[in-house]
Amino acid sequence: MKLKGWRELNPGCVITEPGNSVEIKTGSWRAFRPKWIEENCIHCLFCWIYCPDMSIKVKDGKRGEFDMDFCKGCGICALECPGKKGNKAIVMEEEGK
Amino acid sequence: MGKVVAVTGNEAVAEALRQVNPDVCAAYPITPQTDLMQRFTSFASNGKVKTEVILVESEHSAMSACVGAAAAGGRVVTATSSQGLLLMLEIVFIASGMRLPIVMPIVNRAVSAPINIHGDHSDAMAARDAGWIQLWSENAQEAYDNAIQAFRIAEHLDIRLPAMVCLDGFIISHSIERIEYLDDKTVSDFVGDFKTVNPLLDTDHPVSYGPLILTDYYMEYRKAHDEVMSRVSKVVLEVAEDFHKVSGRRYGLFEAYRLEDAEIALVVLNSAAGTSKDVIDAFRDKGIKVGLLKPRLMRPFPYNEIGEALKHLKAVCVLDRADAFGGSLGPLCIDIMSALYQYKERPIVMNKIYGLGGRDFMPSQAEYALNDLLETVKTGKVKTFKEYIGVRE
Repeated sequence: MKLKGWRELNPGCVITEPGNSVEIKTGSWRAFRPKWIEENCIHCLFCWIYCPDMSIKVKDGKRGEFDMDFCKGCGICALECPGKKGNKAIVMEEEGK
Repeated sequence: MGKVVAVTGNEAVAEALRQVNPDVCAAYPITPQTDLMQRFTSFASNGKVKTEVILVESEHSAMSACVGAAAAGGRVVTATSSQGLLLMLEIVFIASGMRLPIVMPIVNRAVSAPINIHGDHSDAMAARDAGWIQLWSENAQEAYDNAIQAFRIAEHLDIRLPAMVCLDGFIISHSIERIEYLDDKTVSDFVGDFKTVNPLLDTDHPVSYGPLILTDYYMEYRKAHDEVMSRVSKVVLEVAEDFHKVSGRRYGLFEAYRLEDAEIALVVLNSAAGTSKDVIDAFRDKGIKVGLLKPRLMRPFPYNEIGEALKHLKAVCVLDRADAFGGSLGPLCIDIMSALYQYKERPIVMNKIYGLGGRDFMPSQAEYALNDLLETVKTGKVKTFKEYIGVRE
C-alpha cells in the first residue's frame, strides 16, 4: 500500500472510513506461525472462539484456514485446541524456519 | 451598541463566554480562575446560557470531557490556572493533536513548589509548545476582546486548533477596570454558528478519533500541525480586522508602542506592559527615544513580524514573568532572540526576570531596565545578559 503524504491526511488523525482496519495488515508482527493439522481437528471451533483477531476462517460450521494477514501468532488457539486423542490440531512453529 | 462597565477581568471573560453561549463547558475550580467559572456556571444555572456544564473531579477530567464534547461536535469552553493547567497537560496535547477548537482562558498564576496563588506566567509558558494558539491580554478589555476573537480564530475552517486566552491572575482577574462590552447580538453575530468537522454524533457518517499512529504516519501528522500553525497569523489578523469593525478596537499580532522611531525598547507581556508604557511616556517626555513591544499572539510566535518590528533598535530588554530553568534565558527572551537572529545587524538583547509569584512590577523596575539599555548603548558593553530584578540579595 502506498503511504500518503502529509497534505492528504484528515486533520486530527480522524478516521472517516469506518472499519478500515481491515486494510492494515498486521500479520507481519508474527514471530510464531500456527499450523493446522487437519486430521486431528474435531471442528469444535474453540480456536475460532478464542482467537482475539478473527483470524480463524469458518465456513458451514467447519473450521477453515488461518487468515495470515492478521494472525499475530499469539498461540492462544494452539493452547486451547483439545485435538483428537491427545494430538493437537494446531501447533506453533517459529517463523522463517 | 455596547455598554461601559466597571468589572474585574474574570467578570469580563465570563461575560464574553455568556455572550458566545457555548454548547459545553467542563471545568474545575482553581485560584484565580475560580471566580471566572463560578460566574459562568451561575449564568448556566440561571438559564442565561444554553451551555451544558459538566462538573468534574479534576482538570485532567475537565479537559478530557472537553475533548469528548468537542469531538462530538460542540463548541466547547473551559478555563484554568497554574496547577490545573499542569494537571490537564496530557489532554491539552491531545486536544490540539485532534484539532479540536476548544477555547480556554488561562488566568496566569505561578506554579508550585513553593505553592503560590499569585500572577506569573510560568503556567502558560509550560504549555506554550502544546500545539495550541495563545493570545495574551494586557487588561480586562483585551481579555474580553481576545476571548471573543479566540472562538473565531480557533474554529476557522483553515485552522481548527484550540486556543488559550491568557490574563494575569489577580492583577487583572480580580481588579476592577472600566471596560466596554459589546451587545449580545453583536457578539453572537461575530462568532457565528459553530461549524462541525467530523462530529462523532453524526451517526450517518461514523468516524473514529484517537487511532494509534506509529512510525509510518506520526511525522506526517506533526508536519501537518506545523503547517496549520503557520496559517494562524493570517487568520488572527483577519479576525482582528472584523473585530475592529464591530468594536472600534484594533488588534494585531503584537502591540508596538512608540516603537517606530525608538532606539531602545522593552518587550513585555500582559499587565506589566501597562505600567511600562507610563514609564516609556516619561522617558519620551525627556526626549529619550524609547518604545515597547507587547506580544499578543504568543503561539504560534510571529517570528518574522516581531523581528521586523525590533530589528532597527540598538538594544532591547525582554522582561519575563517566568523563567525557563536550564534554558539560561526566560521563555519570551528565547523567542525574541530567535526572531532577531536572522538579521546580520541586530539589537543587543538582554533579559530581566521580574514579578514572579505575583511580586509587584513597579515603574522603577521599568526605569531600571531602560537605564540599563541606555548605558549599554553608550558603552557598547552589556553588564549582564540575564538578571532577576526586584529580588533581595
